[in-house]
Amino acid sequence: MGFQRITLTVNDLVETVDVPTNMTLLQMLRDKLSLTGTKNGCTAGECGACTVLMNGEPVNSCMVLAAECEGAVVTTVEGLAKGGQLSKVQQAIIKTGGVQCGFCTPGMLISATALLARNANPTDHEIREALVGNLCRCTGYVRIVDAVKEAAKM
Amino acid sequence: MINPHPGLPELEYLKPTSLKEASQFLAEHASEARPFSGGTDSFVRLRDGVWKTSTLVDVKQLDGTHELSFDPQKGLTIGAAVTMNKVAANPDVLKHYPNLAEAAKSVASYQLRNRATIIGNICNASPAGDTIGTCMILDGVLNVHGVNGVYTIPLSNFFLGPGKTVLKPGDIVVSITLPLPPKGLVGTYKKLGRNTIGDLSIVGVAVLGFPTPETKSGYRFRIALASVAPTPYESFKAEAVLAEKTITADTIASAAEAAMDSVTPIDDVRGSARYRKFMVRNLTREAVTEVWKKIGK
Repeated sequence: MGFQRITLTVNDLVETVDVPTNMTLLQMLRDKLSLTGTKNGCTAGECGACTVLMNGEPVNSCMVLAAECEGAVVTTVEGLAKGGQLSKVQQAIIKTGGVQCGFCTPGMLISATALLARNANPTDHEIREALVGNLCRCTGYVRIVDAVKEAAKM
Repeated sequence: MINPHPGLPELEYLKPTSLKEASQFLAEHASEARPFSGGTDSFVRLRDGVWKTSTLVDVKQLDGTHELSFDPQKGLTIGAAVTMNKVAANPDVLKHYPNLAEAAKSVASYQLRNRATIIGNICNASPAGDTIGTCMILDGVLNVHGVNGVYTIPLSNFFLGPGKTVLKPGDIVVSITLPLPPKGLVGTYKKLGRNTIGDLSIVGVAVLGFPTPETKSGYRFRIALASVAPTPYESFKAEAVLAEKTITADTIASAAEAAMDSVTPIDDVRGSARYRKFMVRNLTREAVTEVWKKIGK
């Protein structure tokens, strides 16, 4: 099995990484770049715990080969805060209490950030539809949806 | 049960620069190599050990795979690398094939649809494929590049069984072309899952209808069903009811019964065969009624 050298931008930093060809973007972020904010829930593209932004769009990073990411611009949860300040969605989810165990939270924040970038004022239905790929076992989703609405107002 | 947290098995990843090179390689390594685009079905099967593939051949850099274009004569062409989100948001799709956008949007989640492709949905050949039925009843034709050059396959002839198609070693589906829909066509896709949105389908019903002088009823309906047969299934019996008789609530109910009788679902984790048959009836009735309201008087 081969290795491949790829160069990509992660959270505004250019990284060059040697990856085995069967390594996923998720594994690369966690194991090679120590960005452990992104989680592995199902390894099947169903739970969304591994959601990151790739070239501006949310993807399940467990379903992307690292080798496919040459030249990609990736944002993980660690990249949402700027200059030491939490993003609007991050602040909002703390305010509404939308975090319990926290495992779904990085994926939720990424999906919510992407939603607000394409729809500044989503309805409840639009929020739930956008978050359908991010499963949460703790909160019952209500306070997470509230957080997105709150962030839209900020 | 399979290892709960497996990585992908050892594999090579190739990015051939030409279709010719890709087809050649795939034909020569037919037992170990497969093409892929989004990977949303492929990776799951690799992880579960269902496939013994050891080389994945990326099609996303090949000519024609990123095409998403509408020609008023030819119709709509969707390349193998075009994601479902791109299709669902495209203005030409929304204008001329809104039922396709509806079907694409019903798949999984937003982030999955940023990788999943319609061609992948078709080539994966699951009877549950949400976009396949709509493409079938829109008379989609696949544009394939093989070792002997390019050729086409109508979707109606494409499926042999669950996960099985007529594709030969070396074949790469480059795109699908959906001809211009007949004037006045209205369609919809009704999907029943274990939750409101996001699940694989227990039953999926794709219906379209359009006025035509060629039938007794003055209309032609096409009905394709997901998850109730070994392949995506067009119910000609149900369609015949709607072609022969004047369309009323009773005719629609009759057609729905015919659809129910024509399918052979199985019991699985998502639902029983019996439940599926009843849901085919109910969803077909619902979908045909909705389409009929929009095209009827």
